[in-house]
Amino acid sequence: MIGNEPKVFTVLDLVDLDLKEQNALGLKCVAGRAGLGRQITVPDLNRPGLALAGFYESFAWNRLQIFGRGECAYLAKLDAEGSHQSVQTLFSYQLPCCIFTSSLLPSESFLAAAEGAGCAVLTTSLNSSDFSGRVIRVLSDIFAPKTTVHGVLVEVFGIGILLVGDSGVGKSETALELIERGHRLVADDVVEIRCVNGSILMGQGANKVIGHHMEIRGLGIINITHLFGVGAIRDKKQIQLVCQLEDWSPDKVYDRIGMDELTTEILGVKVPKLEIPVKPGRNIPIIVETASMNERLKKMGYHSAKEFNQNIMRWLESENARALYFSRDDY
Amino acid sequence: MIELDTTIKNRAGIHARPSAMIAQTAVKFSSRIFLEKNGNRINAKSIMGIITLAASFGSKLKIIAEGSDEQAAADAIKALFESGFNEELG
Repeated sequence: MIGNEPKVFTVLDLVDLDLKEQNALGLKCVAGRAGLGRQITVPDLNRPGLALAGFYESFAWNRLQIFGRGECAYLAKLDAEGSHQSVQTLFSYQLPCCIFTSSLLPSESFLAAAEGAGCAVLTTSLNSSDFSGRVIRVLSDIFAPKTTVHGVLVEVFGIGILLVGDSGVGKSETALELIERGHRLVADDVVEIRCVNGSILMGQGANKVIGHHMEIRGLGIINITHLFGVGAIRDKKQIQLVCQLEDWSPDKVYDRIGMDELTTEILGVKVPKLEIPVKPGRNIPIIVETASMNERLKKMGYHSAKEFNQNIMRWLESENARALYFSRDDY
Repeated sequence: MIELDTTIKNRAGIHARPSAMIAQTAVKFSSRIFLEKNGNRINAKSIMGIITLAASFGSKLKIIAEGSDEQAAADAIKALFESGFNEELG
């Protein structure tokens, strides 16, 4: 999380997360409401089995504590034996919260201890592995390094393309034409980028209110969803290509073969980059569309420029051999 | 009009990269610049045209420039050929 502002993400935020069906965590608070304000500082989980058994060395107390069937069975055994020391020690740490999976409920004495320590106890109907998978995904999303970029993010033939360039170079107009041609707008003007899993750049609009509106000079603010329908938008998309639009400079050498692959770095992840010179009469949307298809071709293992050059080299080689053959004196 | 003779010095011949170097040098001049091999004449400002020549190692080319900066243009193109396009020489 280098270069990231410190986040305040509390247990209440976790319970409150509005997630879609297949990602829902289904958390309910059963005790220790006072602890809902505690902060979650690490995007990680811990199974407190060893701690309950009395081994508190290297206890990852600052992570979410997950109690599954095993932990619950052990707690029940402790309860039956009447030994509460272990639970007391557990709550002497500033745990963010305790989460019981598979709709399990701890004993009254455990709940009372949690209440006393001001630590929230949550339950979920999901089993431990399902819950762990989901919560890790949610937390790594929330704790992912992020940045915002001035540009337009569009999805063209399934490839996420970030259009960047100076103001007035025609990013929004290009995006508009792409939408017209059946592609999708992800975000205009301000794109929030998160680095997921250290290698995937997810782009989305920085703000739900701005949503899928665009500012087009001469038109003002337009609503893409209403004008072009829901098929013309999407919420987030991986950034797979960066197209830098720039005014045509006569002194600059632009790539004419496409064998040198430029990349740009966002949040430490390298993304292929194209520099596209803009000039009146140049149809940028078509160039972006073609770039997208070419990028797909490259992903499938076919590199147009390299393949082309290999054929040329082979041709030159055979030409050379033939010339040598015909120039021999004993021919 | 200026005409200069040259020979391909790099082992790989004129493939895409050298061809791009020639075209990028040629567009800097206002003169009309041509390359000729075995009587085929092509525009030296066109990458595809240059590749079409199939100029392999050792083949002889003629550089033709015509215009206000013809001398400089022909010299610049010839220098490229002489340098072997920063590639392995044969």
